[in-house]
Amino acid sequence: MSETPLLSVRGLRKHFPITGGVLAREVARVHAVDGVSFDIAEGETLGLVGESGCGKSTTGRCILRLIEPSGGEVLFRGQDVTRLDRKALRALRRDMQIIFQDPFASLNPRHTVGGIIGEALEIHNLGKNRAEREARIVELLETVGLRPDHMRRFPHEFSGGQRQRIGIARALAVEPRLIICDEPVSALDVSIQAQVINLLEDLQERFNLTYLFIAHDLSVVEHISDRVAVMYLGRVMEIAPSRELYDNPRHPYTEALLSAVPIPDPRIKRKRIMLQGDVPSPINPPTGCHFHPRCPIAEKHCSQEAPSLRETSPGHWVSCHVRG
Amino acid sequence: MSAAIETSAPSAPARRARNRALARFVRHRLALFGLGAIIVLVLLCAIGPYLWIYNDLHIDIRHRFAEPFMGAHILGTDALGRDLFARLMSAGQVSLTVGFAAMAISTVVGTLVGTVAGYFGGAIGSALMRFVDAVLCFPSIFLLLALAAFVQPSLFSITLVIAATAWMEVARVVEAQIRSLRERDFALAARVLGASDAHIMFRELLPNAIAPIVVASTLNVARAILLEAYVSFLGYGIQPPTPSWGNMLNNAQEYLVTAPWLALLPGLFIILAVTGFNFVGDGLRDALDPRLDIT
Repeated sequence: MSETPLLSVRGLRKHFPITGGVLAREVARVHAVDGVSFDIAEGETLGLVGESGCGKSTTGRCILRLIEPSGGEVLFRGQDVTRLDRKALRALRRDMQIIFQDPFASLNPRHTVGGIIGEALEIHNLGKNRAEREARIVELLETVGLRPDHMRRFPHEFSGGQRQRIGIARALAVEPRLIICDEPVSALDVSIQAQVINLLEDLQERFNLTYLFIAHDLSVVEHISDRVAVMYLGRVMEIAPSRELYDNPRHPYTEALLSAVPIPDPRIKRKRIMLQGDVPSPINPPTGCHFHPRCPIAEKHCSQEAPSLRETSPGHWVSCHVRG
Repeated sequence: MSAAIETSAPSAPARRARNRALARFVRHRLALFGLGAIIVLVLLCAIGPYLWIYNDLHIDIRHRFAEPFMGAHILGTDALGRDLFARLMSAGQVSLTVGFAAMAISTVVGTLVGTVAGYFGGAIGSALMRFVDAVLCFPSIFLLLALAAFVQPSLFSITLVIAATAWMEVARVVEAQIRSLRERDFALAARVLGASDAHIMFRELLPNAIAPIVVASTLNVARAILLEAYVSFLGYGIQPPTPSWGNMLNNAQEYLVTAPWLALLPGLFIILAVTGFNFVGDGLRDALDPRLDIT
C-alpha cells in the first residue's frame, strides 16, 4: 500500500459521559473507543472483529459522524471528516454509506421500497425527473437481486434477507466509494448469510467499492476480508492480512478468539484457550494494556504501560509488549 | 417498463394492515356507538337548522315554557318562547365548531413543539418540555377563565383560548414518540444519506407517530367541547343571543325546578358529544396500537 489510503483513521476516541445528580455533572466516562488507528485502501475490505461492547460499531459510526468523535482524525481521501461543517459533510455523505445490522429497524415502515431508495436520489438531486429516478430505482433493485415491481411494496412484506438487499440498494443509490457494513449478516439465517455476503462481494468487484466490515463472526470475516483488525475494549490489538492473522495470530487475545471458532470436522481436536474472568468495564478500563488482567502471558510492565501497534512482519501489526 | 409503474396504488398487504386496524375498531362496541352518536350529532347540527320549521332566535311569546312533546315545539321552549330544538341544533354548530377547531390548532401546535423537542433534545428539548410542564401546572379551568376575562369573547377567541390549554398533551405524546424513533436505524440511515433535519422530522419520523396523535386529538375534541361548555356556563364564553350548549345551561339555572328540560336537554347533548368522542378515542387507541401490528 504505497498510495494514500481511501480511509485513514488516526487515534480515534469516543468517550460517553455518564452524568448523575441534579446538576447532571459528569461522574464517569465510558471509553467506548480509545485510540483506534487503521488504514483502508481503495477497493479493499477491512474486517473489524471483537466481542460485544468492544467499540466496533461506535468506531463505524464515528467515521460517518453519526456519533461525534471525542478525538482523533478520520481522513477520507486526505480530508479530515471530523472537522467538516454541515455543508461539506452533506457533500461527503455521497461517498460514505452504511448497511445496518437489523434489517427490520433500518427501513422506514411507512415508506414504500421505491420511496426509501428514491429518497437517496432526491436528497442528492440524482436523476433529472421522476421517470429517470424511477428507472434508476428499478436498476438498483435488479442490481441487488430484487424485482422491479417490489418498489411499490412496503418493508414489512419482505423477508430479512430481502430487506437487507433493500438496505444495500439504498446505500448504493448515491454511488458511494466506502460502505461501512455494520454486522450486515448477523441478524440473518445462516442460509441467507452466504447469499448476502456473495452479493456484497459481487458489488465490490463491479463498482470497485471499499468495505469496512464489522462483525463478531470470525468465519464470515475471514471469507470476505483482505485484512482483519481485532478490537478489544476500545483498542486495536492486532491488524494483519486475513490469511496471516488466521494462520499465525500473534496477540494472545486473537489466539483465544480464533480457538473459539468451531471447526466443522469432529475428528480434529484443538486446544481451546479459555480466558479467565470477564471483559472489564469500559468505564474503568485497566491501566497499561487493556488485556493484561486476562492475558495468559502478561508480564509486570504490561499493567503499567500501554503497548502501541508495532509491525512484526510486513503488514502484520501487533499491540503487545511480549509478542510485539 | 418503469414508465408503466404507478406509485399511487397501495399494495394488497398494506390494505390488509389497514383493514386489521379497522376490524379491531369495529369490534369495539362503545367506539362504534360513539362514532354513531358523533355522526348523528354532526349531521343534525349541520343540516337540521335549515330544515326545522323554527328559527333559533324566533320568539314565540305566547308559548313560553312549552313542555317537550306537547305541541308544535317538539322539545319545548325557553323563557322567551324560543324553540329549544332549533336552539340546541345551532348551539351544536357553535360547540362542535369550537371543539374541532380547537382540536386542529392544539394538534398542530402540540405536534410541532413535540417534534422539535423530541428531535433536537438537549437544551432546546428540555426548555420546550419544561415550558410544557409549566403550562400543565396551571389548572386549565382557571387559566381559561383568566384568559377569557382579558379577551373579548368571540367564537374565534374562545377557540384560541381553549386550544392554548389543550396542546400540551399532544406535545408530550409526540415528544416521547419522536425521541424513541430518532434513534432507530432508519432515521440514522436518512442522516447518512444527508437528509436535512426538517426532512427527517416530518417525512421520516412523524408518519410513524400518527397513531398516538390521532388518539390524543380525538380526546382533545371532547375536552374542548367540555371546556367551551364550562366557560360559556360561567358567562365568559359564547355570548347570548348566540346559543351554545354551555350558555343554554347557564340560562336554564333559574328555571331548574319549573322547567327542568331547559337544563336536561343541553346537558344530554354535551354528554352525548363528549362520551362519543371519548369512546372513539379509546377505540382508536386500541385499533392503532402499534404493538398489535408488529410482525
